[in-house]
Amino acid sequence: MKKQLIIGAIASALLSTTAFAENLKVGFITTLTTPAAVIGNDQKNAVDLAMEHLGGKLGGKPAEIVFEDDGFKPEIGKQKTDKLVQDDDISIIAGYIWSNVLMASAKPIFDANKIMISANAGPSVIAGKRCNANFFSTSWQNDQTPMAMGEYLNQNGVKSIYVMAPNYAAGKDMAAGVARTFKGEIKGQDLTTWPGQLDFSAELAKAKASGAEAIFVFYPGKAGGAFIKQYQQAGLKGTMDLYTVFSVDGISLPKMQAGNLDGVLGSRLTQQWDPTLDNEANKKFVADFKAKHGTYPSFYAAQAYDSIKLIDSAVAAVDGDMKNIDGLKAALKAADFDSVRGNFKFGNNNMPVQNFYLREVVEDADGKWATKVVSTVYTDHVDPHAADCKL
Amino acid sequence: MSTLFLIQLLNGLQLGVLLFLLAAGLTLVFGIMDFVNLAHGSLYMLGAFVCASLTFLTGSFVWGVLLAIPIIAVIGYFFEVLIVRHLYESNHLDHVLATFGIILIADTLVQLSWGPEGIAIPLPGYLSGQVEIFPSIIFPTFRLVIISSGLLIAAGLYWLITYTRLGMLIRAGASNRTMVSALGVDISTLFAGVFALGAVLAGVAGMLIASITEATIGMGNDIIITAFVVIIVGGIGSMKGAFIAAILIGIIDTLGRSFLKDILELFIASGSAETAGPALSSMLIYIIMAVVLAVRPQGLFPPKVR
Amino acid sequence: MKIQETSPRLDEHLKVPAMFGSGRGRVVTILLMALLLILPLIAWYAGNKFYLDFSTRIVCLAIAAVSLNLILGFGGMVSFGHAAFVGIGAYAVGIPAYHGYESAWLHFPLAIGSASLFALFTGAISLRTKGVYFIMITMAFAQMAFYFFLSLEEYGGDDGMTLWSRSDFGIINISDGLTFFLLCYGVLALCVYLVFRIVHSRFGMVLRGCNSNEARMKALGYNTYAYRLTAYVISGAMCGLAGALIANLQDYITADTMTWTRSGELMFMVILGGAGSLFGPVFGAGAFLLIEEILSAYTIYWALPFGILLILSVLFVKGGVNGLIQRGWRR
Repeated sequence: MKKQLIIGAIASALLSTTAFAENLKVGFITTLTTPAAVIGNDQKNAVDLAMEHLGGKLGGKPAEIVFEDDGFKPEIGKQKTDKLVQDDDISIIAGYIWSNVLMASAKPIFDANKIMISANAGPSVIAGKRCNANFFSTSWQNDQTPMAMGEYLNQNGVKSIYVMAPNYAAGKDMAAGVARTFKGEIKGQDLTTWPGQLDFSAELAKAKASGAEAIFVFYPGKAGGAFIKQYQQAGLKGTMDLYTVFSVDGISLPKMQAGNLDGVLGSRLTQQWDPTLDNEANKKFVADFKAKHGTYPSFYAAQAYDSIKLIDSAVAAVDGDMKNIDGLKAALKAADFDSVRGNFKFGNNNMPVQNFYLREVVEDADGKWATKVVSTVYTDHVDPHAADCKL
Repeated sequence: MSTLFLIQLLNGLQLGVLLFLLAAGLTLVFGIMDFVNLAHGSLYMLGAFVCASLTFLTGSFVWGVLLAIPIIAVIGYFFEVLIVRHLYESNHLDHVLATFGIILIADTLVQLSWGPEGIAIPLPGYLSGQVEIFPSIIFPTFRLVIISSGLLIAAGLYWLITYTRLGMLIRAGASNRTMVSALGVDISTLFAGVFALGAVLAGVAGMLIASITEATIGMGNDIIITAFVVIIVGGIGSMKGAFIAAILIGIIDTLGRSFLKDILELFIASGSAETAGPALSSMLIYIIMAVVLAVRPQGLFPPKVR
Repeated sequence: MKIQETSPRLDEHLKVPAMFGSGRGRVVTILLMALLLILPLIAWYAGNKFYLDFSTRIVCLAIAAVSLNLILGFGGMVSFGHAAFVGIGAYAVGIPAYHGYESAWLHFPLAIGSASLFALFTGAISLRTKGVYFIMITMAFAQMAFYFFLSLEEYGGDDGMTLWSRSDFGIINISDGLTFFLLCYGVLALCVYLVFRIVHSRFGMVLRGCNSNEARMKALGYNTYAYRLTAYVISGAMCGLAGALIANLQDYITADTMTWTRSGELMFMVILGGAGSLFGPVFGAGAFLLIEEILSAYTIYWALPFGILLILSVLFVKGGVNGLIQRGWRR
């Protein structure tokens, strides 16, 4: 094994010095094992679809996406990032579902003057105090989506809510985000153990006893399905309306339909994107994704798809010269590509400035459970941390 | 408040019953074979996945459970014969490592065969509603089913261990293994049988919980540690200890999750209680275990001398 | 497998063996330790920072494994919560750095000090128990530490905290990968030497005596509890030091480091390398990370072959890597 290490070290040293005519490479870090792999696989499918649409090329040059699995752990994600940055000398690394993986991986990328593109995570630090010119996001900042929800609840005349979220950074951001804009009364709030706790009996009993008019939750991934099921079993549908963020998506809806969890139908959620958004890029993306995988793409997939299209536009601008980091950054900032959410532009902190929509869970024309846009809550919304960013 | 308290008590009882199903198998295997089985949680996970598949195949949750039980028993039996049997002579450390390896294998195999997404097990209509137990105390039907089936199984185990020949052998094996084999009892069959029994109990727990949450990869890894806490607090090898500790920990954990924050708010600032509450309630069971062990290093009901 | 081979003959106990062993094993041990130093230097020379950092990771985890081996291998105390010390050491770097205190002369003493205190407190309670109860109570304390740090929102909570600049030693700059590697290697060498001295001191002999027959040691008038506790605290302190180094290596601190699976991995490194042998944990850490790295390069399902290897090594490899080195392949 030691021998392999020597050979590996020497071989990679040779490879990096000798100019081989090899494909242009872009890294993509996501979660491919553990239950969270459903999200990672959805993103991977979207990235593959984007590459298919681009004819296997980025900026007109034959290109390859190097996928790495973060194993749902920040240290592993950081190690894989190190490998892509230092061993493979890749200039753009995209992906990052989880805030903690993103935060662990940011420093090595910035230190090496490479570029990081988040296709999901949007912690406040990177949007505000620690914003960086080498960072771009094709998703959102954590606070925005629940803020849109709070705003909608006000518009809809909801007087009181009960808040439930997992006890980790994004969960707290979501709870704080809705509280930031909601003007009614928050009757109670529960932060549950993450990711272990899937039995919400105690919390649901409290929510029911609180007498709140509606319940607002954030439970991504497997917890979302578990929550909906217990919400229904506890008989809360009809007595407490359900409002969610990042809990119901193209991944979980088919599963809920198979499990007959009709408690979710009619529930409302906010998001920056929806499969029914009316623009050419989105129609093509959704139709081809459905044709290929049989399900609606999730918002994770949409963001991943956008990230590849964004990279494509930047690579084209520098004519495939991946060493031209400044050129790439300028081209990324221009965001000259057809986004699935229509117009796409970056704010000063390289977070998208975008619309937020109210969506509702409905049955589509084919009898499949899906979402549709009800109304636009925010137009060109700038995240609240942008002011702290000195860029 | 008192209504809420009663409901939480029931929720706690339900968690306790599930923990008991897991802990019973653990403590049996531990008490008789002196084997530490971290992979017990994998049997719990397999139970959930097998039952989910069978439920979809047969279209009935009840058939799913009934058919899954023998399958889990067979898996448990082969698990003992192929791997566990060869580890009885090793020390606890080796048990921990080898069964840790089994967890890795089981999790990966489940992802390869069922995919990473979990499966929600659909319940028949008559099980997915709520019942009014007392006036104004409304409780999900299925959680009542869990409580009652768990208590039934506990009673069955009590009968098995106290009144049957098998139970006599199990008790004898727990207190003096060498003597039992000297008496001409086929020890290896007994061990494999006990192991399969433990596997079934864990599998049933998995099937029950997956109907509330869903069957997911690694679902056993979170709860197995809690189950260990239960058997340590109860005293290793003691079925009575496992039962009492399981109910105790189930109730304390649930009550902690629902009331600790409010209790803390009486003493410290509300903002700090908001942070400390969830943290402390996550720690609660470990604190209980540390306190119990500090006072009684052998757990609450240490088995009679070996 | 017996964790500790004990010899019934007193004179063997009193004889201090050579640090690197003897005969064939000595040659291989020295060779491997030299490779662990030289290969990363070659990688650095070739301009590949990745393999340099990878080796640094091996060295840092080796320090943690060596510390665990002191109590597990020599003292027979199977701690299933050693990851807590790694985490405490890491936060002892992260928390002061967050408040703007970046001196290594603050970070490292703080890491060692707080890890020792935690070891003293938890050890005092845990050592009242034996066997599996000890395994589980150490795990319980580690879980408590895990949830405690997880709840510290100020310091990142679940998001963890990025260490934007490494500990400042003043005289050397550990932001440079090579300097940091050499520092870690030096610390590892020092720790191995320290364990060697401890094990062969009078203290170490009592400790090993407690492992093989505690009743006899008690009968001889030794306060075995105090000896064990002292060893536990030394081990915790050393592991805290490893944690401080790991925080600097990763430039990132997370409570995730303290979960029970991490403690399990440390245990596995010790067993894989050979518990109760001086260099075993170092080889164990190296083998563990290499296997993980190589397997995960081939498949995302690397946990499957890894789990099989784990079981096979428990069933068939007695004495771990070190056993193979000392005896060769013959059984």
